[in-house]
Amino acid sequence: MSAEQKIEALNPDIIQNPKLSQWLSIDAEGMILLRAGKVELGQGIGIVQLQIAAEELDVPITALRLVAGHTAVSVDQGYTSGSNSVQIGAMALRQICAQARQLFIDAAAKVFNTQTDQVRLTAGLFSAGHTEQTLTYLDLAPRVELDVAATNNFKSKKHTEHTISGRSVKRPDLNKKLFAAGFIHDLELEAMLHARIVRPPSYSALLIDFNENAQATIQAMPGVRCVLVSGRFIGVCAEREEQAIAAAAAIRAQAKWKEDPSLPNEHPEQAWLRSMPAQDSMVQSPSQPVQVAAQSIEVNYSKPFIAHASIGPSCALAHWVDGHLTVWTHGQGSFPMRRELANLFDTATDNITVIHADGAGCYGHNGADDAAFDAAMLAKAADAPVRLQWSREDEFSWSPHGSAMSVQINAGIDAAGKIVQWQQQIWSHTHVQRPGMAPGLRCLAGIHRDPPAPQLPWTDFALSAGGGGQRNAIPLYDLPNKQIDYHLIAESTLRSSALRGLGAYANVFAIESCMDELAEIAGQDPIEFRLNHLTDLRAAEVLKTVARQSDWHSVHVTATDTEVSRGRGIGFARYKNNGAYCAVVVEIEVTDRIVLDKIWVAVDAGEIIHPDGLINQIEGGVLQAASWTLKESLHWDQTRITTQSWEDYPILGFNETPSVLEVRCIAQPEAPPLGAGECAAGPTAAAIANALHQAIGVRMRDLPLTPERLAQAVMQA
Amino acid sequence: MADQALVQFSVNGQAVEIELDTDTKLVYVLRNDLKLKGTRFGCGTGHCGSCTVLVDGQAMQSCDTPLWSIAGKNITTIEGLGSPSSPHPIQSSFIDEQAAQCGYCINGMMMTLAGLLEKTHNPSDAELLAALDRHLCRCGTHMRILKAARQAIDSLKESKV
Repeated sequence: MSAEQKIEALNPDIIQNPKLSQWLSIDAEGMILLRAGKVELGQGIGIVQLQIAAEELDVPITALRLVAGHTAVSVDQGYTSGSNSVQIGAMALRQICAQARQLFIDAAAKVFNTQTDQVRLTAGLFSAGHTEQTLTYLDLAPRVELDVAATNNFKSKKHTEHTISGRSVKRPDLNKKLFAAGFIHDLELEAMLHARIVRPPSYSALLIDFNENAQATIQAMPGVRCVLVSGRFIGVCAEREEQAIAAAAAIRAQAKWKEDPSLPNEHPEQAWLRSMPAQDSMVQSPSQPVQVAAQSIEVNYSKPFIAHASIGPSCALAHWVDGHLTVWTHGQGSFPMRRELANLFDTATDNITVIHADGAGCYGHNGADDAAFDAAMLAKAADAPVRLQWSREDEFSWSPHGSAMSVQINAGIDAAGKIVQWQQQIWSHTHVQRPGMAPGLRCLAGIHRDPPAPQLPWTDFALSAGGGGQRNAIPLYDLPNKQIDYHLIAESTLRSSALRGLGAYANVFAIESCMDELAEIAGQDPIEFRLNHLTDLRAAEVLKTVARQSDWHSVHVTATDTEVSRGRGIGFARYKNNGAYCAVVVEIEVTDRIVLDKIWVAVDAGEIIHPDGLINQIEGGVLQAASWTLKESLHWDQTRITTQSWEDYPILGFNETPSVLEVRCIAQPEAPPLGAGECAAGPTAAAIANALHQAIGVRMRDLPLTPERLAQAVMQA
Repeated sequence: MADQALVQFSVNGQAVEIELDTDTKLVYVLRNDLKLKGTRFGCGTGHCGSCTVLVDGQAMQSCDTPLWSIAGKNITTIEGLGSPSSPHPIQSSFIDEQAAQCGYCINGMMMTLAGLLEKTHNPSDAELLAALDRHLCRCGTHMRILKAARQAIDSLKESKV
């Protein structure tokens, strides 16, 4: 055992789950059970955890069984969020497996009656030079005590020893999903009922008439087994799915609601945000007196409310047996959900099991959690196992959305073109209203039922926890006297919570647009201007790399004909200022709209466990952000969300994809892995807006950059 | 609501006889009665394409296809396309390219591609884009999906030579 290694701080996920036995065990068939906390959300974390464990334990991936997000089996690694799953989550698993490997080698040495350094471990078989005998993990399991504290004293392999980690291993889950069942939507419980929710038509609507006679007519519909009405919560269970849908439609037609026009007027620049009461906080205060700038600008940027808009609407299953509740969910945090469920039903967490099952793409706090609580409420009322399915309309109307944001930057340069002034203000709703993170209830079922849970105070992530609206508000550039203020809007408008990147999308869009505006004033090339303000070598390297990829300095895009203008733009950020570095160059054509042509991306995400998975995440991050930037915005009137279907909420289609999307990952095998799933969004948005400016000289600062807004901007220019 | 009636059709080559409200949408019959869960419910309004199946070789959205309309017809679902041990070339291409993130939308797209390739062995890129433009992907996997689709088209072309 190599106890001489320098003691580093224990991984926070290990502090939370300090015993080896919480993380892994050997089952009766000899499979190694990995009790991981980070769950598959479509981001490919499952295979990464398998690779990490297989590498350290020296077993084939097929010798591992991964059970993630199961409260009766898995460790509590909190939420699978914030691009922390590799950076923190998988590194905890690596450390645990390194220790387990050594404990098994120690045990094997005793059996072989030799020194530990004489034991070899290959493909799950332990051997020693002097004997023909081999042992398996199962053989040794009775001799190894896993119920011991995890420590930092065990070396994980050097990257040069890696044979599994660092390779693009095919994802096992896709071998199911692309052939047959594979999602939570596909689970069936014996004798389960199908359930639907009838939500209020607007956030503050009160149910004023859905009397017992009306309920009885629903109850009499074919297959209907249970109608639950509690306060503003209405749900229905039926034997067949189409019967539940028909019953929900009938309820919707009969229930009468009192609605209140409580929402602000929509505004293309989200001006309403700045007129609302806010909790103000200082993100960063200037460390030096502000110099006088030779030239300065005051610019305002904004983004609208954006929907998660996963292709598969939220789904959950629930079953009560003798007072014990089991819930299947595609949420991001089984343990926090268990705490919230315990609150909701006023019971102990021991009486609840929450099991993760894969859902459609998850990009943050969507409707999954609410659906789980809905299912649990209805399973209790129906006294039967229930499968609850949200509709597309439920998602647009009731899922949390990514908050609208407004960003103001006052910045100035000196005569030499150096930035000497940077003041930034951010207005936003919260980006975190996840269940189970604070006492009290956040789930819709808890808020809508009678008696309703009290309204919890609005808070946002502290900057030390990655920040919410102020995420990536601090530019990574060397600016001498930054002043950054955050105005968290204290009142509710549209329900908001975490959506991929949180505030980073708007902040990076604003910062990187402003950097181009300043570069123009300084008369400098946008990439050179950025490099002139960066001492972080890794940041500089992604910028230089993407410049090489796109031939930035030698290609001068020109119009191919008189009707079409072309332009290129750059965007850069380091996600959360501690995650992956990402630089994006976008080349567009401008017709009556912005047409993506070529996109180059350079990423430094430290050590790469699964290269293809990383590239896949970056590609997805870029195209999703391109969709947000060019097309997306939720709409409402003063009472209701009016966005109800895909027709109201167009997203990027196959006819709108670029001809080239090239992602280059900079190899940093000895550097710790950095969260990368959210790093591309802000740089992509800014690169598009900067390309537009280069193409036609029009600066658009309010998202989305739709054809209608482009036409307006051109007219005003 | 329409009346209950006996409806006969075939799914993946197997004869099926089912007595149901004939307005019931095909997606629920496939998923809940026939346990063919590879067909996904997405929007219920025919906008996203994730529920696409073949009806007599033609790609159709099963979420807005009523049971009465498929009487006597041949349905193919993703389960009828291929299996992990014997995948259809389209499925092989998607697995080769790992052309999925969450994977929820992919089966519908693969069915549309299968329908396209039944009509023409050599679709143009414009035809491919037009066929896939009826499908939504939220994870932003478009580039890989297109690459996998083009690879499948090429491999089927070669096998026809």
